[in-house]
This record gives sequence, C-alpha cells and structure tokens, in this order.
Amino acid sequence: MNFSLRFRAAVVSIVLFAAFLGIWHLATRGTGAVANMTPEYAKLMGLTATAGKSAMPGPLDVGAKLWEHLKQPFYDNGPNDKGLGIQLGYSIARVGLGYFLAVIVAIPLGFLIGMSPLISKALDPFIQVLKPISPLAWMPLALYTIKDSSISAIFVIFICSVWPMLLNTAFGVAAVRKEWINVARTLEVGTIRRAFTVILPAAAPTILTGMRISIGIAWLVIVAAEMLVGGTGIGYFVWNEWNNLSITNVIIAILMIGIVGMLLDQILARFTRMVTFPE
Amino acid sequence: MTDKFISIEAIARRYPGADGKETTVFENLWLSMNRGEFGCVIGHSGCGKTTVLNILAGLDQPSEGAVIVDGQAIEGTSLDRAVIFQSHALLPWRTVLGNVAYAVTSKWRNWDRAKVKAHAQTFIDLVGLTGSEHKRPSELSGGMKQRVGIARALSITPKIMLMDEPFSALDALTRGTLQDEVRRICLETGQTAFMITHDVDEAIYLADKIFLMTNGPGAVLAEIVENPLPKDRGRIDLHRHPLYYALRNHIVDFLVSRSKTFTATVTDHDPRNVPIVRPGKPELVVAAEAGNSIQASWPGLARPSTSS
Repeated sequence: MNFSLRFRAAVVSIVLFAAFLGIWHLATRGTGAVANMTPEYAKLMGLTATAGKSAMPGPLDVGAKLWEHLKQPFYDNGPNDKGLGIQLGYSIARVGLGYFLAVIVAIPLGFLIGMSPLISKALDPFIQVLKPISPLAWMPLALYTIKDSSISAIFVIFICSVWPMLLNTAFGVAAVRKEWINVARTLEVGTIRRAFTVILPAAAPTILTGMRISIGIAWLVIVAAEMLVGGTGIGYFVWNEWNNLSITNVIIAILMIGIVGMLLDQILARFTRMVTFPE
Repeated sequence: MTDKFISIEAIARRYPGADGKETTVFENLWLSMNRGEFGCVIGHSGCGKTTVLNILAGLDQPSEGAVIVDGQAIEGTSLDRAVIFQSHALLPWRTVLGNVAYAVTSKWRNWDRAKVKAHAQTFIDLVGLTGSEHKRPSELSGGMKQRVGIARALSITPKIMLMDEPFSALDALTRGTLQDEVRRICLETGQTAFMITHDVDEAIYLADKIFLMTNGPGAVLAEIVENPLPKDRGRIDLHRHPLYYALRNHIVDFLVSRSKTFTATVTDHDPRNVPIVRPGKPELVVAAEAGNSIQASWPGLARPSTSS
C-alpha cells in the first residue's frame, strides 16, 4: 500500500471523472417513448420528444463529435464552417500578438516605474483609473478609431494583459534587495548594466508571475472579444454554434478553451521556473 | 596629518525626525588610518557605525564634512573601496565563479572571458573555495558564502576593504577560521581594512587600531585603542599574552559602562584629537579619568593608560 501520492491522486481524479461522465450520461439519456405519435410526426419531432431524450447532449454524443473534430481539425468550408484547429489558431494568434505588444510596453514601462519614484507617483493615478476598466469596454472605442474588428480584438487583448505585467514588473523592480543594488553600486556598475545584470534577474520571477497572470486574463478575454467582433476564432465559434443550437459543439469548444488555457499557463509556469533562483 | 591614507574629517549624519526636528546620529567625527592598517570600530547598536562605513563606502553621504582617501575626497562609490556585506549579498542566480567574475568584469571591462575567469579563480583559490566554483550560493554554507563575499571584494584589488560585521551571522567555529583567513590575507597583501564588529575578541585579534564609539544618538568617537599585541599573534594563544586581558577589559569596560556616560562625564573631549590609548603599557601613567571606580572592582589587573 505504498503508492505514491501522485499515483493515488491520479486514481481519485480518474474516479471523479468517471463518476462525472456517468452522472452526465444518466441525466441526459432517453427515458423511453413518452407519447404515441405517428412515425412521420415522430421523425419530425426528433428524439427529444419521442424518446424523452434530454436536449442536452450526453457524453457519448460529445465524444463522437469531438472525435470528428480531432480527425479533421483544419478543414475550411467557408466562413461559418471551419475546423476547430483553425478557429483556435486564430484565437491564439490574436492573443499572441496582443500579448506580445503588451510585453513590449509593460516591461520597459514597469522598469521605469520601479526604478523612478517620480515616474511611479506621476503615473499612479492613470494606472489606478485605467486598470479596473473592463477590457471589453474599450471595444467600441477601438472599433471606432481602428476601424478594423480584428485589430480591435488584438487591442483589447493588449489592454487587458498590460496591467498585471506592468504592476508586477514595477513591484519586482522596486523590491529588488537593497544589498544587491549596493553590490552593483560599490562595483561602479552603470545604470543600464545594473538594470540587466542585477535588477532584471532579481525581478524576473515576479515579472514572469505577472506575465503568467496576463496570459490567463488574455485567454479569458479573447473568447468574449471574438463573440463581439465575430468572423473567426474560438469565441466566434462558440457563438456561431449557439446560433446553430449545437450544444455539442459548444461543449467541445468549452473543453478546448480550457485545454488551451491550461497549456498557455503551463508554458509560462515553465518559464517562471527557469528564472526562479533558490536562496 | 598629511600622510593619512584614510581621513574622515568632521562628518555628521542627520536624519529628519518625525516631529520636524533632526536626529543627529553623530557629528564632528574625525577618524584617520594609515596605509596597511586594520581598523575596527566597536560600539553599541545605533551609534552609527554602519553609517560611518556606508559613508566611507560611498553608499551614504554625510550631512556635513568630507572623507579623504589617498589624497582625494570621495564622491560616491568606487572600485577602490570594496565592501564585504554582513549578509554576504551574493547574487543568487550566479555561481561562485559568476559572482566573483561579475566584480572582475566591473573593474576591468575590456578583459576577455578567459582572463576574467583566471583572475576570479585566483581569488576563489585564495579563500579556499577551489572546487566549488560552479555551485550556486544556495548550495553553500554560511561560511562559504562569506568566503565568496571576501573573494569578490579582494578580486578587484581595492585600496581599502570595508567590512560590516562580516562574521556576525556565522557560528563561532566558522567565524574563527574566517578571521584567520582575513588576517592572513591582510597581512600578506598589506591590505588596508576597516571593519565594524560587536565582537571584542575579533577586534583584538584582527585590528591594529580599535575605535571605540559611544552610544547614539549624538555618538562620538571616544578613544582609539592601539593594539599592543604583537603582529604575529595567533588566535589560539592570543589570550595567554600578558597584555590581552588589560586590553580586553579596557574595551569591555568601555562597552559596559563608559559608552553610556562618556559624553556626560568627559566635557573637554576634542573630537579632532581623540585620545590614543595603549592598554597595559606599564611605563605610561594612568590618567585620572572616570573609570577608577571600575578599576576598584577588578583588583589585580593593569589599568589602561591614556595619552593624547
């Protein structure tokens, strides 16, 4: 009985998952014929009416559909029928671009705020006001000024991922141990070299934590943003399938959003581990 | 006064207080040292020892006065003055070699990698860390970390080595070995060193001159004790030297009682000409001074003699 904790946890996870699937299956299965209908009428009404089947798809339906999607992730049959892979690809590309722009802006600016008390105090009111604004509230303004829905979505991603990175960078830079700064000072290390050789490595774990929070938020926001702008992307896919009344596809999309979000988070977590130093 | 290698001239340090008044940690402080000397400052917490060291290092600025090193007033930090920090202050993301090499490249920016590495290695060997070059600070014991700190400070071949209670966080055994190392290195290289300590024995073993500071705020440099023990003293038989206890008792007496009462009882104290004391020299007369009462409670011991 000396199984490792990891193994026992995996067993519990599998049991819970199986229980969830079982309950789901039981809750959505057909309960048998509920009303006598002529076959033509029954055909018209579908299983929901004839066999008491729930309108909610069961795990088997979702599984079958998922398999279909996985077999052909990149097909493209026109604007309203693209493979899941393509839709996810659009979303990831938008998140990647908006996030990358946010990194370019937030990290140098965060350095400046962290290193200069003057800039920190001067920018503080702006940050305090801008930070709590829901990223989607920017959407109309972005659409009006940029006049391109796709770039507007990227802008929304940029604006939502900039804050955690900015604040974490500023905090990490300001909180670098005084003694490390003093080491650099006694060695007459110039400001630029000090920023790269002492402050950056010392603040890197905090900065990466901010980046990790940002990628999570960006992935949350992209779904909502794509529902608004439409056209392509996993968010649009969800909304389109809702209009198609395909709950199965909606569930699959939800699952895929979760998995991609987890992967993005894991990538950043790995980077964080790479720059973390033991003390 | 012209041959002084380090000369602290009339420095003061004041902090703005909570009620608008200024708190003076110390003022009109004069202190000087010759080239190759080892100076130790002893005093209670809050007397401004660390502030003096930070000013000397250039990490802090005096509110008044100036510090002259090797004929030049100091402005800010300098590679001529290396600091060994109490908390070792190694960069944890760099290896031992990386930490020392960082200092070396800071001093000699155009050196190539191999030259930097060879130079850093020399000093890692000097402090006895050969074989641990590629370890990170987190893998080292407290004593080894401080050795790296010493190697880093020495690697830039400074004119002065400044140490802020470098061994206070270490256990007694490690502290002893590191004191030996520091003494050996300073004697071999003729290094000028300035150290802050709480440990009387450490000061007696290492220092040529011991600077006694009274309690702050308003701390003054009360006297300079010249170490009468021979240069070739060893840590093991230090306490057998006939003058050891006279010296030690003099410092302990100062720390226990005179550091509190000094400013009140000695009214004619001239901060520019701080009395130099050579404890236990029998040929010098015992100065009539506050402290005779203490002497009575310690019969049979040679009292320090004072001369200005």
